[in-house]
Amino acid sequence: MKARTVRGMAGATAAAVIVAGAAACSTPGGGAAAGAGAADSVVVGIATEPESLSPLLGYGKDGNSKIFDGLLAHDAGMKLKPALAEALPEVSADGLTYTYPLRRGVKFSDGRPFGAKDVVFTYRTILDAKTNNASKSELDAIADVTARGEDAVVFTLKYPYAPFAERTVLPIAPEHIAGGQDVNSGEFTTRPVGTGPYVLTAWSKGEKLSFKANPSYWGGEPAVKKFTMAVIKDDDVRATRLRSGELDGAVLPPNLAKGFKADKALKRYAAKTYDYRQVTLPTEHPVTGDTAVRRALDIAVDRGALVDKLLEGAGKAAYGPVPTGSPWFAAGTERPYDLAQAQKILDDAGWIPGADGIRVKNGVRAAFPLWYPSGDKLRQDHALAFASDAKKAGIQVTTESGSWEVIEPRMKTDAVLAGGGSPADPDFDQYLTLNSALAGDGFNNMARYDNPAVDQALLDGRRSADPAVRKAAYDTVQRELVKNPGYVYLTHIDHLYVVGDRWDGPSTQTEPHDHGLGTGPWWNVESWKPKQK
Amino acid sequence: MARMAGRRTLFAGPVLLVVTFGVFAVAALSPFDPVKAYAGTAGLTASQAGLDQLRVNLGVDQPLLSRWWEWLTSALTGDLGTSAVMRQPVSDVIAQRLGWSALLALCAFAVAVLLGTGLGVLAARRQGGRLDRAVSGLAYTLEAAPAFWLGLLAIWFFSVRLGALPSGGLTDAGSDVVTAGQVARHLVLPALVLGISQLPWFFLYVRQGVADALEEDPVRGARARGLGERRVLLGHGLRSGMLPMLTLIGSRVPELITGALLVETVFSWPGIAAATVEAATSVDFPLLAALTVLATAAVLAGNLLSDLLYGLADPRVGFDG
Repeated sequence: MKARTVRGMAGATAAAVIVAGAAACSTPGGGAAAGAGAADSVVVGIATEPESLSPLLGYGKDGNSKIFDGLLAHDAGMKLKPALAEALPEVSADGLTYTYPLRRGVKFSDGRPFGAKDVVFTYRTILDAKTNNASKSELDAIADVTARGEDAVVFTLKYPYAPFAERTVLPIAPEHIAGGQDVNSGEFTTRPVGTGPYVLTAWSKGEKLSFKANPSYWGGEPAVKKFTMAVIKDDDVRATRLRSGELDGAVLPPNLAKGFKADKALKRYAAKTYDYRQVTLPTEHPVTGDTAVRRALDIAVDRGALVDKLLEGAGKAAYGPVPTGSPWFAAGTERPYDLAQAQKILDDAGWIPGADGIRVKNGVRAAFPLWYPSGDKLRQDHALAFASDAKKAGIQVTTESGSWEVIEPRMKTDAVLAGGGSPADPDFDQYLTLNSALAGDGFNNMARYDNPAVDQALLDGRRSADPAVRKAAYDTVQRELVKNPGYVYLTHIDHLYVVGDRWDGPSTQTEPHDHGLGTGPWWNVESWKPKQK
Repeated sequence: MARMAGRRTLFAGPVLLVVTFGVFAVAALSPFDPVKAYAGTAGLTASQAGLDQLRVNLGVDQPLLSRWWEWLTSALTGDLGTSAVMRQPVSDVIAQRLGWSALLALCAFAVAVLLGTGLGVLAARRQGGRLDRAVSGLAYTLEAAPAFWLGLLAIWFFSVRLGALPSGGLTDAGSDVVTAGQVARHLVLPALVLGISQLPWFFLYVRQGVADALEEDPVRGARARGLGERRVLLGHGLRSGMLPMLTLIGSRVPELITGALLVETVFSWPGIAAATVEAATSVDFPLLAALTVLATAAVLAGNLLSDLLYGLADPRVGFDG
């Protein structure tokens, strides 16, 4: 009888499996046609999923969130243009007051009107100490934000901060919804409501984010009615699903993007970026702290080979934080690969090759460790190439890998293969990485770089509103980095995307280090139109 | 039988309590920093003061014991706390994901047990025969093959080459309504891959168990009495050959959970396994503790289940006292 029970259970299980199998077979063709392929829908594959969709916790802070709008937005050329503000801000003569007139008649997607109180609520909430927004130090300059009537907001700053307007691309949250919840874990973090071109219809965590066009969007209803971001962490799986036609586009690493070269139905996009890879040269290490060693390493590294071999051409040699194609780049600071000159600098400084070829000065061997975050193949390749180039100049670099928890306590004296870059304004990245006042503050100024001329230039750059003064200041920074490099900047890497060739409109903006949801050829998906055949 | 189940359940309480404390202790000792994990890339540009404030807000500056006690007391009142890494209540995280993982695991388990048993019996019937050699060889290969690799292979063959089945997600990427038909279609590949990756253990145990049973005296006796081969195989061989496999069922539960992690990643299956790893590497105490309780409960239940099945299949085995 007991055996019969077992058999009965097995039978029931078998029956359940058969039913499930039948259900699986009874929906033929329901697949690909409904997803990719429909004229007004776009499905893209992304590598990382946001933790939260709340602007109050940092989502979309660099602009381009599909659900929300900021006061301002970036156009294709990264120039600021009005969004929820009606015009660019009016800046007082002392640079301390920014007044934004607001666009009228804008509604959140739940139908409630947008107003000055929402702007004030958003900024004040982010600045609140209880809000777990890790990017809030980006808004350090703000002393206060107030509403002036219904249709203007005024920011007062603690100090003149020229790039401040760039920060106001930050998305605005509705006070009537987000105001009544726990800002760190409330429903709004996963079910956001904004004024943007798209409305979130579903977020299946770990799988995808689904959006539909916002019919009452103040900028006009988008032609792409459905937009889906499929979360696919593994590069190979993403490429495979793109190939099987389930995706219309995806971000891919260079080696996989190359495989789509021959496919006529797909177009490849290489987004220019400010995303650099650099080697920190800790000032407090006896070898890397020596200016002669720094200058020698800076020209002993073959950047051209890095771009050709490691990046397969998808990138550029980096001579400083600013990429060579940028208007902020200081012309004439390009340094050619020159091993002989590097050796001469070291000879002149008294670094004499020892028996094993490694240089020695006053009993100190020219050797130091270089850390890279484990699992990051691109940084590993950069680190190994750098070590091999340094060896040729007589400097021994030992590469080691570890998690950030392992690397952080060593950053003071050990070199790190780091990355960074922010295209919106040179202040954003350079003030944090080169300012001696921020030496060793969190992950800021990892190399503890200390150069009074650079400190002064960084201050001039952020305080003056005059473009000529600012340009001169950042030119000074880049020239100082030639004389005394605190970092060896190696490459600016392109971000690669493959997208189906069915629309008019895909393009790329200059992208930051961070791969946010707003980057990629779909940064402007709301203005795509189906291609006329 | 009921007494055994009851006693095991009572015993589960203290075990779970110790396990949750263990999770907090191990997490506190781990080199990962919850603040850095929470901040993510934003943490690379945040000021030290900002990071310190975050540490206070997240409550990770508290000593281990008080953090555990706080979690435990509020968990007992039904409040599982807030997951830092998911930015939402732990109960929501689990509610959204657990069902999908359970569905995947159950289907995979069914595939592994049914297919493994069936093939095992067939192989045992003619040991050294063509079917036996083919399936055994395959089983040993599968035992060594990572589920991740099997998944990629399945996607390549069924989705890219044949275009027969979707290669990932819970539903079609372009659709945002969850229908049974869509889920069933999308379930086929991940469940098969996970099931097949577990299959070798069941197959090899059943094959050996049944083959041994067929050599035993009662079976010989049955054959000598002229009983049908079918009867001998299923009635005698399978019944005693199944015994080791029933124990296996319980002990495969942890394997199923780890296997599910890889499979969920390959197929973008929105289950709980990926969340578990994220919780661990981010030292997300409340989420990690809740998930560990679930996993421990699953293992305890798995063991109980296999002991019950063992007792049912073999009347000589009692229900431990």
